[in-house]
Amino acid sequence: METVFHVDWRGACGIGGLKITYLNFPLKSVKRLGSGTLQKFYRIGHAFFMLLEAVWYFRCALSRRNRADTMMQLYVVGVKSIAVITVVALFTGMILALQTGLELMRYGQQVFIGSAVAVSVIREMGPFMAGLIIAASVGSSMAAQVGTMTVSEEVSALEVMGINANRFLVMPRLVALVVMMPLLTVYTDIVAILGGALVGYTQLNVELLAYYHNAMMYTEVKDLYVGLFKAGLFGLVIGTVACHQGFSARGGAVGVGVATRRTVVTSFLLILVLGYMITRLFYL
Amino acid sequence: MIRFDQVHKQFGSHVVLRDVSFTVERGETVVIVGFSGAGKSVCLRHMVRLEGADSGLVEVDGQAIDLLNRKEMRALRSRFGVLFQGAALLQWMNLFDNVALPLRERTSLGEAEIAKRVEERLEWVGLLDAAERLPAEVSGGMQKRAGLARAMVMDPEILLYDEPTSGLDPVTSRSIDELMLRTNRERGATSVVVTHDLISALAVGSRILMLHEGQVVEYCTPEAFVKSEVKVVQDFLAAQQITG
Repeated sequence: METVFHVDWRGACGIGGLKITYLNFPLKSVKRLGSGTLQKFYRIGHAFFMLLEAVWYFRCALSRRNRADTMMQLYVVGVKSIAVITVVALFTGMILALQTGLELMRYGQQVFIGSAVAVSVIREMGPFMAGLIIAASVGSSMAAQVGTMTVSEEVSALEVMGINANRFLVMPRLVALVVMMPLLTVYTDIVAILGGALVGYTQLNVELLAYYHNAMMYTEVKDLYVGLFKAGLFGLVIGTVACHQGFSARGGAVGVGVATRRTVVTSFLLILVLGYMITRLFYL
Repeated sequence: MIRFDQVHKQFGSHVVLRDVSFTVERGETVVIVGFSGAGKSVCLRHMVRLEGADSGLVEVDGQAIDLLNRKEMRALRSRFGVLFQGAALLQWMNLFDNVALPLRERTSLGEAEIAKRVEERLEWVGLLDAAERLPAEVSGGMQKRAGLARAMVMDPEILLYDEPTSGLDPVTSRSIDELMLRTNRERGATSVVVTHDLISALAVGSRILMLHEGQVVEYCTPEAFVKSEVKVVQDFLAAQQITG
């Protein structure tokens, strides 16, 4: 008798006519793992193509149809984030200066806080802080807005009207993030360095001019470029994650909440990982 | 003409449409009725490929829509106007801009011509005075009417209405019915209406299709529908206190 091993579409398997049910459990697990992995790849692919299409439409950012939306997003990302960025950057600069200054003071070298604050802020902390703040404030709000539009069928309505949602919704948000993130990073750098100077002058007896000279002495133009490059990339990441999660929202308010949380968590993780990789690429 | 041939759709293990087959002829108004979760809206979404069938065929004028590429699908969709269940107006735009959106995005008309056409449509649905208001500032019925104006602004050949009267009081529901009847009468559009409001279905439909547990259980004229001997149809009629 010919013995044929078979697996049917439900995951049940057998040999010949004999059905072997005890293999169902591991087969179902493998099936679940496989479909879960495929889903993940599908989602990454979807996000990637969404990003590519939105970037393709960057050329339309200031066209008659998109100008108003782009300007609105630039305002939301840039102007509306200034207050929180100012507070966080100022105190981060002050804490950095105080912590390093107290250690350097033991050796009478507190004048070097200028370089410590400037280098760490321009290279790492500036884009990193701006990225986290924008992911938490703007990214989450974008995911919530796009998610709400998805669950209330507004995105479907756009699709039926023949309006490309990637051009209409994603592109203005990405443009705003890519343009504003480097600008906000420069602003973050300046405020944090000023915060350090304030602490240096008032609590560590470092003259402002000495702080400034020291800060300039060890900072390279490359540090600024790398920081700005990181900021622009973080902007792309935040926008892509937020819009993709928004489009993936299902099931009403709960789905929108899940999309918002995932946006913040995923953006934070990607900002950390990409930040490390770029630093390694440029400085090692 | 819209044709469903053995359309099967399931979400996970939940089967929503079981080999559904029916045809909507040009110029007629077909109303799809059924209990909640019967698959009515999913059926409607298949007509504009917002959902794809797992198996079976959906055809519009002989074109199998699953086989169309993106450009062809966009061209086909331009023949449709859809009124969504919650009207699906963009919340940051006022009613005027919402209705003007398809014209601004899909045509090269100037602002003066767009304004003229939008005002015509808003007047037609009785919303000209509310043109500058945001969707959140108007009632559900007004949102539905604005959604209808937006669905009609491109003069579509086929109109799809998803629960046009749900969540509305009886008087507003009847005014929406009147609008649908006027649209069909004056523009001669083919219409598919999804509703569980049988009064509305009987008022606007030239044929009524009942879905139950993903299957077509009845498809006939309103007169025949109220006299149907199918048990589910009788239960549905009895639940809404309508007798043959």
